[in-house]
Amino acid sequence: MLGRTLREVSVALKQGQITPTELCQECLSLIKKTKFLNAYITVSEEVALKQAEESEERYKKGHSLGELDGIPVAVKDNFSTTGIKTTCASNMLKGYVPPYNATVVQKLLDQGALLMGKTNLDEFAMGSGSTDGVFGPVKNPWSYSKQYREKKKQKPHGENEDTNWLITGGSSGGSAAAVSAFTCFAALGSDTGGSTRNPAALCGVVGLKPTYGLVSRHGLIPLVNSMDVPGILTRCVDDAATVLGVLAGHDCKDSTTVQDPVKSFILPSLTDVSKLCIGIPKEYLVPELSSEVQSLWSKAAKLFESEGAKVIEVSLPHTSYSIVCYHVLCTSEVASNMARFDGLEYGHRCDINVSTEAMYAATRREGFNDVVRGRILSGNFFLLKENYENYFIKAQKVRRLIANDFVNVFNSGVDVLLTPTTLSEAVPYVEFIKEDNRTRSAQGDIFTQAVNMAGLPAVSVPMALSNQGLPIGLQFIGRAFCDQQLLTVAKWFEKQVQFPIIQLQEIMGDCSSVFENDLASVSLKQ
Amino acid sequence: MAAPVLRWSCPARRWILANIDRGPRHGRGSPTGSRSSGKRGQSSVAQQPLATAQKPRKGEHQWAAVVGLEIHAQISSNSKLFSGSQVHFAAPPNSLVSFFDASLPGTLPVLNRRCVEAAVMTGLALNCHINKKSLFDRKHYFYADLPAGYQITQQRLPIAVKGSLAYSVFVGKNRNQVINKTVRIKQIQLEQDSGKSLHDDLRSQTLIDLNRAGVGLLEVVLEPDMSCGEEAATAVRELQLILQALGTSQANMAEGQLRVDANISVHHPGEPLGVRTEVKNLNSARFLAKAIDYEIQRQIEELENGGEILNETRSFDCKLGCTVPMRDKEGKQDYRFIPEPNLPPLLLYDSASLPAGADPQQVINIDQLREQLPELPRVTREKLVQQYGMLPEHSFTLLNEVGLLEFFQNVMKETRAEPKRVTSWVLNTFLGFLKQQNLAVSESPVTPSALAELLNLLDQKTISSAAAKKVFEELWRSGGKTPAQIVSEKRLELMQDQEALEELCQATMEKHPQVVMDLKKGNPRAINKLIGLVRKATLNRADPTVIKEMLERQLSS
Repeated sequence: MLGRTLREVSVALKQGQITPTELCQECLSLIKKTKFLNAYITVSEEVALKQAEESEERYKKGHSLGELDGIPVAVKDNFSTTGIKTTCASNMLKGYVPPYNATVVQKLLDQGALLMGKTNLDEFAMGSGSTDGVFGPVKNPWSYSKQYREKKKQKPHGENEDTNWLITGGSSGGSAAAVSAFTCFAALGSDTGGSTRNPAALCGVVGLKPTYGLVSRHGLIPLVNSMDVPGILTRCVDDAATVLGVLAGHDCKDSTTVQDPVKSFILPSLTDVSKLCIGIPKEYLVPELSSEVQSLWSKAAKLFESEGAKVIEVSLPHTSYSIVCYHVLCTSEVASNMARFDGLEYGHRCDINVSTEAMYAATRREGFNDVVRGRILSGNFFLLKENYENYFIKAQKVRRLIANDFVNVFNSGVDVLLTPTTLSEAVPYVEFIKEDNRTRSAQGDIFTQAVNMAGLPAVSVPMALSNQGLPIGLQFIGRAFCDQQLLTVAKWFEKQVQFPIIQLQEIMGDCSSVFENDLASVSLKQ
Repeated sequence: MAAPVLRWSCPARRWILANIDRGPRHGRGSPTGSRSSGKRGQSSVAQQPLATAQKPRKGEHQWAAVVGLEIHAQISSNSKLFSGSQVHFAAPPNSLVSFFDASLPGTLPVLNRRCVEAAVMTGLALNCHINKKSLFDRKHYFYADLPAGYQITQQRLPIAVKGSLAYSVFVGKNRNQVINKTVRIKQIQLEQDSGKSLHDDLRSQTLIDLNRAGVGLLEVVLEPDMSCGEEAATAVRELQLILQALGTSQANMAEGQLRVDANISVHHPGEPLGVRTEVKNLNSARFLAKAIDYEIQRQIEELENGGEILNETRSFDCKLGCTVPMRDKEGKQDYRFIPEPNLPPLLLYDSASLPAGADPQQVINIDQLREQLPELPRVTREKLVQQYGMLPEHSFTLLNEVGLLEFFQNVMKETRAEPKRVTSWVLNTFLGFLKQQNLAVSESPVTPSALAELLNLLDQKTISSAAAKKVFEELWRSGGKTPAQIVSEKRLELMQDQEALEELCQATMEKHPQVVMDLKKGNPRAINKLIGLVRKATLNRADPTVIKEMLERQLSS
């Protein structure tokens, strides 16, 4: 049952093949079995079981709330949840319990979804590995898949498997791992520079970043307000569309959401792609791109072409400036957004009380990790009076140019852009941490962050497994507020490529002895 | 509030602790221990009238002072600028704090329509250009009563710019020469108020009250077109009247709804402007004038003694009557402005630009607000002068005292007395009594109806002016009685018995032959003495003109 998609299990609930409580308990049990993945920071078992009970009542009475009623979901731990700890994987918010729900969380609950827990991330969503949070790194479920393990065994040198696990990507790695490991049917991530699409690609799930302004940010603890969007992680495109249908729409608590009534997100099954024009941005062919990803990208383009779509090379000439520009804008807003964490109203407070200023300084030093502090420092530097024109204003101008690149391409008749999501498949943690967070983020976000600058919708869809048996995803980018069109194309693609299901029998079935050993050694390490 | 909040609650008695109120902007001086009083005999300098500051002393250059003002007016609104929390003065500490006001992570600002309307109306009343597009910015600084670490304001593109404020000062011996002045208004911007910090030096802790955090403010920036404390205070008073007439702010300085910071510099006319200082903590018009005049004098003396003026923030110590430097590093602070990303540009429309089919709840029409503007104080005063033949300075006094105009108009409604007489009674007698006892118009024991009736009695010559004064005193002392009752109880009516009065005149002349002799010798003033004596004999109940006629008749017969 857990291997099904959200839509399939929704039908099963309606038909009474399984009750919400049974479903909830299965997920909870799997969450426990996969605890070593570190996907969840908080498991809200009691809340979920109570919600399941209520859902069951509704099903019994024959008036369920809709497709999400009784469906286990997970939420990234940077969305506020009433009565449930919301930490942003930071010492600063350890133990912080918000008194309100983020709008997107409330919308899920209003539809009867079961909140399984809060998922792990990089501290304050700053990272692309889900390795830099105070609760430790998230492990990619594919590290333990049959597909990957079989390929590994062929390798002569038997490395220690515990140190060889793979990262999930980030910063919504916990959410991606939770969906990938079948512990829930959908999860909320957030996407500022690629934080939903990047781990989706590395964990072999669908990761949707909706158009900026379509989904409310109220209650999402911000990274960069002008780029943040709640993201959706699911196991298939249709499921992402279903969740988007629930989340989208104006929110009077978020003035940046659009007022226009939201159209349906039900996706038609495309049979004919001959009227489609797919753009392939030539600037995305970078030297760092792995040959495997590059060849899958070409293969995908050829797939569209062979089915009659028009596939053309396009140019987004300002792409190469994007990462630097993103860095300036992101750190500047971070510096501003993080100013509120002073230990006064909520969150961590140090023991020093000689003066208010000393208290601020020590609280913030203790509360934030190096990455966050580094971004605060650079951001404040860029915002200084003497630097503002040279950095922030210039970056804003470049941002406009980047957004215009996309506008020009779409105006030229392109419907959807097709790009890689990441440079390569997931890498082992030990490899990943060799670079610093900033370099890693710049590499991890290379294909994704320009989309955030332009506010466009984009989705990463898993295409195939690499030679190592690891998922590779490709990204589709759509016109602003054409999320449905984008997802329709993604759905067609998904159907063509038939991405294999992750084989986690070892975890999902009765635990094998190997698996037991694994668990033991992991818990020893922690 | 569910978030852990330490040191927030504040027992009522704590309010007596040093409550150093600051504006929500710069000037975050720590109020403790920085009062370097008596440094240069400030109080004696402060006593000097401004005139000396501007008159050249022997062998010295003439000095000119330049004064600009930044005024923060709390918007009169049910809820805060960006949140739904209520706005009340003196509510229990931290009882009006929404999640947004406490800066809980993830909360977002939602602009309050009423505050925008108030800003537009104020802009229109001050002849400003209203920007159809304005922007919000974040201004960063760390302070305990600024929970987000930044204030949302309008730094780059404010809602209204380039206006003017006309005001009048009175000069001359009797202060009856009107000089009309205008100060340019640089801009009006919408911004958030901060919370309040209460410093408890005994326990060395700071208590925070966030009730005020996020209340909507209008920052009105007046260009440095003023030159002394009185001009500044008069301009502020005029602005206060306008805001109150508009209903956009209660503008009560004592309750902190109107806060003024002054920028002051001195220079020799024709030379570049001097280095300016900023004076804060000015919470009454009187202190504003005093602080500015003190600061002008201080700067002149400093410069004349070979010193230099530092670009610094000073606060006014109202007990010592002088300005003192604030301890903070205000001048060096960099606010690291950044566009507020959570608020789209604020767009306003006029009837021409209003999009067709726009939801009236979603748009603000400047022209519509212009039509709704109430009568402004300047017009009210002109009407008073025209309608009642009132002196301009009297029209100013009527408006400057809270409730006095309404009192005057209510008296006018019920009396047949001449407007001039009513004006005189209201401004001299009535206002004099109020001032003497330090009462507001609303606290007066004499109602407009009672005064109207009294003036009717006077108008009908039922009582003399002198008797009327007595009746008024009696009315003031013992509320409840009507003027007619008092007149009859105290037998204050004018003597109507001509024969009896003739006899009194006769008797008086006989009793004072010396005075009569003086008069006959040609001293015209002697008759006044006789009139006085007769009036005294009538217990002031006779009309002096009648007495005078009678005496003259009897003398010449």
